[in-house]
Amino acid sequence: MSFFMIFRVALRALGRNKMRTALTMLGMIIGVGAVIIVVAIGRGAEEQITASVQAGGTNLITISAGNWNRGGVSHGMGSSPRLKAVDVEAIRQQVPGAQYLTASVNTRDQVIAAGENWQTRIEGTDVELPLIRFWDVELGTFFTSTDVSSAAKVAVLGSVVRDNLFGEGSDPVGQTIRVRNQSFKIIGVMTAKGSGSFGQDQDDTLFAPYTTVQRKLRGRDGTNISRIMVSARSADEIAGTTAQIEEVLRAQHGLIQGEENDFMVRTQDEMMSMLTSTTGTMTTLIIGIAVVSLIVGGIGIMNIMLVSVTERTREIGLRMAVGAKGQDVLWQFLVEAGALSLVGGLIGVGMGFAVSQALERSPLAWPTSVPPEWVGIAVGFSGLIGLVFGFYPAWKGAQLDPIESLRFE
Amino acid sequence: MASSISVQDLTKVYDLGEIQVRALRGVTVDIAAGEFVAVIGPSGSGKSTFMHILGCLDRPTQGRYLLDGHDVSTLSRNALADVRNKKIGFVFQGFNLLSRTTALDNVELPLLYNGNGMRGKERRRRAHDALNGVGLSDRAGHHPNQLSGGQQQRVAIARALINQPSILLADEPTGNLDSRTSVEVMGIFQKLNTERGITVLLITHEREIAEYGTRIITFRDGKIVSDKPNTVRRMAADEFAALPLDTDSDADSSVPAASTSVGALDLDLDLT
Repeated sequence: MSFFMIFRVALRALGRNKMRTALTMLGMIIGVGAVIIVVAIGRGAEEQITASVQAGGTNLITISAGNWNRGGVSHGMGSSPRLKAVDVEAIRQQVPGAQYLTASVNTRDQVIAAGENWQTRIEGTDVELPLIRFWDVELGTFFTSTDVSSAAKVAVLGSVVRDNLFGEGSDPVGQTIRVRNQSFKIIGVMTAKGSGSFGQDQDDTLFAPYTTVQRKLRGRDGTNISRIMVSARSADEIAGTTAQIEEVLRAQHGLIQGEENDFMVRTQDEMMSMLTSTTGTMTTLIIGIAVVSLIVGGIGIMNIMLVSVTERTREIGLRMAVGAKGQDVLWQFLVEAGALSLVGGLIGVGMGFAVSQALERSPLAWPTSVPPEWVGIAVGFSGLIGLVFGFYPAWKGAQLDPIESLRFE
Repeated sequence: MASSISVQDLTKVYDLGEIQVRALRGVTVDIAAGEFVAVIGPSGSGKSTFMHILGCLDRPTQGRYLLDGHDVSTLSRNALADVRNKKIGFVFQGFNLLSRTTALDNVELPLLYNGNGMRGKERRRRAHDALNGVGLSDRAGHHPNQLSGGQQQRVAIARALINQPSILLADEPTGNLDSRTSVEVMGIFQKLNTERGITVLLITHEREIAEYGTRIITFRDGKIVSDKPNTVRRMAADEFAALPLDTDSDADSSVPAASTSVGALDLDLDLT
C-alpha cells in the first residue's frame, strides 16, 4: 500500500470519530501551545533587553574602579581612587581597537532653576559620549574639548530634567541652573531615550564635562574617575581590545604579577548574558513542564489508539482477510497516531501564535517573538511523540490473528 | 484462472494449554477447478477450520495443502496475505463490511493491498464495475447501514471479486438472510461458477442451501464422512423466476423488486 493511501485511510479513520479525535489532540495542542507561548515571551523579553543594552552603545567596554584595599580594609567595588583621566589617555594611545573613549564621573545633586528644583544624576563625561551611546542633542550642542579642558560650567540636560525644571518640550538653551550654589549655563538638551538596561530612566540625567564634576562638584577626591567607557571598532575586536586595555591599565597602575586588578573590565556581552540569564532559567523551567505535558499528551494518544485497535479488531481481521499484511496494519495505525499528534501540534502552534499576539496587544503589552526554529522543533517533536506512543498500539494491531479478529464481537 | 485444491491428511490441533482440540483429524480431498462444492456439517465438525485453512487464513498443524500445485501450508504470514489477496475471495455470514464507509470504498478495499500501485482512478473504476456486476451501481455512495441485508451481502460479493480470484470461499453466506434473498445470493454464486468458472466453496449447515452445489462434502468430528456429487441440484435462477415479484420479504423497500432481480440475475460478468 502506498504511503499516500495509508495517509488517506488514516485521515478518514480520524474523521469518523471527530469528537474523540479532537479530545485526543487537545493534549498535544495544549503542550505545543504552551511551548510556543513560553518561548515567545522569553524570546520577546530577551530581544527587548538586547535592544535596550545596544541602545546604550554597541561594542561597549566599561572599565570601572575596583576594590580599594587600604590598611586591610576593603572599601568595596568602585572605591578605588586609582582610575584617573590619564588612564583614558593611555588607552587612547596604546590600544588601537578602542575607537571612542570617555572618562565618567557621577554624582547626585539638587538642580535649581528659576522657580523649580529637581534632584537628578549628574554625569561628568567627555565629548565622545554622544558617539559611544548613539545619543544626539535635540536642542543646542554638546560640550567641546575646550569646555572639558577648562572645566567650564556648562550643562546638557536630559529631557526629563528639562521637563521638570522648565516645562515639557520647552527650550531652556542659554538659561542658567544652579548646582551647589554654582551657576551652570545650559548649552543643550538630549533627545529622549527611555529606560536603560537596568530600568533606570536615562533621560533623568544632567551631563557636564567630567573635569567640571571632578573639581566643582566632588572636590574631595579631585582627580579620580569612576568609569571609563570604550567602544571597540567592531564586535570582533571586543575580546582583543578588552585584553589590551587590561594590560595597559595594569602597567599604568604598576600592578605586579599576581596582584589583583584594582579595576573591573566588563563587555556588553557579559552584561547582556547577565541580564538574560534569568529569562533563560525561566524558559528552561517552563519548557521542562511543557515537555512533561507533551509526554502526557502522548500517553493520551497511546491510550486512545489502544482503545481504537481493540474497537476495530474486526476491521483489522477483515483487512487481513482481503490481503493486508501485518505491516500494512502497523502503518495504518502508526500514521493515524502520528497524524493525530502532528495536526494537534500544528493547531498548538497556531494557538501559541494567537495567544502571544493577544498578550502583546493586551494591557500587559508583553513583547513576544516566536522564533521559527521553535515552531519546527515543536511540530517535529509532536509528530515524533505520536510515532513513539502510537507504535505499541499499532504493533499490537499488526500481531492480531485474522480468524480470531473476524470472530471478535 | 481455473484453480485446483488438493489437501492431504490435513490436521489441525488447537493447543489451549490444558487441553488440545483436534479440529481436523486427517482430511484428504481434491477439488478441481470450476467445481461448486458445498461443505456441510454440524457446528464443531471442523468445517470452519477447514475453510480457514483453504482460505489461507490459517496453517495446518500437519498435512499438505496444494493450491494450484503450490504448497501453501508452510508459507509465512505475509506470503499467505498475498495469496488471499490475489487468489481467494471471501464472503462471510456477517458481511463484514466496514461501517461508516461507502459501498464503493468497501469494494475497493482489497485493491489497496494488491501491491501493484494501481491509480486511484483505476481502482474506483474497477470498484464501480464490480458493484455494477452485482446490480448496486446506484448504491455506490451508501453506507452499509443504509443497505438491506441482501444488498450488503452483494457488496461483500463485489469486494470478494474485485481482485479476480480463482476461488470464492463463502462461510454461511445466507445465514443472516431471508429465504428470498438467499436464493438471490445463491443465484449469483451459481452464475459466477458457471459463467466465469470460479471455484466456489460454500460452507453451510443447511441441507437446502448445500443443494445449490455440484458436490456435497459432509464433515463430522473433524473428518469427512461423505463426499458425493449432488444429484438433486437446485438452480437459483429458475427458483427466482418462479418467486412472486412481491418483495415484502426484502427488508429494503426502497429498492424496486424489478431492479433487484435484474441486478441479481443479469450479472455483468465482463470484469476484465
